[in-house]
Amino acid sequence: MKVSDVVEKMGLTVFGGKSGLDREIKGGYVSDLLSDVMGCSDEGDLWITLQSHRNVVGIASLKDLAGVIIAKGTIPSVETIEDSNREGIPLLGSTYETFDVTGLLHRTLG
Amino acid sequence: MKFEFDIVDGDFAKAGTASSQVKHLLKQLNVDTKIIKKTTVAIYEAEVNVVAHAIGGGKLLADINLERIVVEVVDEGPGIEDIARAMEVGFSTASPQVISMGFGAGMGLPNMRKNSDELEVISDVSGGTRVVITNYLVA
Repeated sequence: MKVSDVVEKMGLTVFGGKSGLDREIKGGYVSDLLSDVMGCSDEGDLWITLQSHRNVVGIASLKDLAGVIIAKGTIPSVETIEDSNREGIPLLGSTYETFDVTGLLHRTLG
Repeated sequence: MKFEFDIVDGDFAKAGTASSQVKHLLKQLNVDTKIIKKTTVAIYEAEVNVVAHAIGGGKLLADINLERIVVEVVDEGPGIEDIARAMEVGFSTASPQVISMGFGAGMGLPNMRKNSDELEVISDVSGGTRVVITNYLVA
């Protein structure tokens, strides 16, 4: 499934990184610890987190993740959005809490 | 081939820049994807440690040949008091600000060890820290 499909099905906000919306999602990863994501996420994962600073995009790019969903309605900074545009990493948002976003994504990916 | 990148202390906005450049370099050299992935993880952690802990920043030196990549990350301290403890998962001396960003979970050095074929950490509290990561490019 493509990131754009998940955006549509889950009603996510797209903050940036639109050029990456056709990336294929291979799985999901949920963590707010950056070293955990660095060490354990896999290429193509859609990452759900509460973190919204620039290093989130940096890590997503280094790990070739499919994109990032920022949970609980946090709006990322302009710099973070610019980074996501430059790197082509879809930076998405949901007003739901992490538990609900994760459940929804799990169901959507089937 | 040798490459050198500067790491600025305290500048989290730029943390990962050097690692990203090395990753692109390895891609251009057609290095095996698995090796690129693990090397990227290891050097990112070393880079973040300099940003989070070193005063005055540091340097990342990459030396690549057909057989291996050696990445040396050096700073001028303050160094690590107890390397064995720093190697333990969960042990951290990071500031609350760094922790609130999701860094400083005490996983940096364990991640480096897991993703390096050879890892050398030399540190002196009054001096600096030198981390040498060696990954072999041929299986």
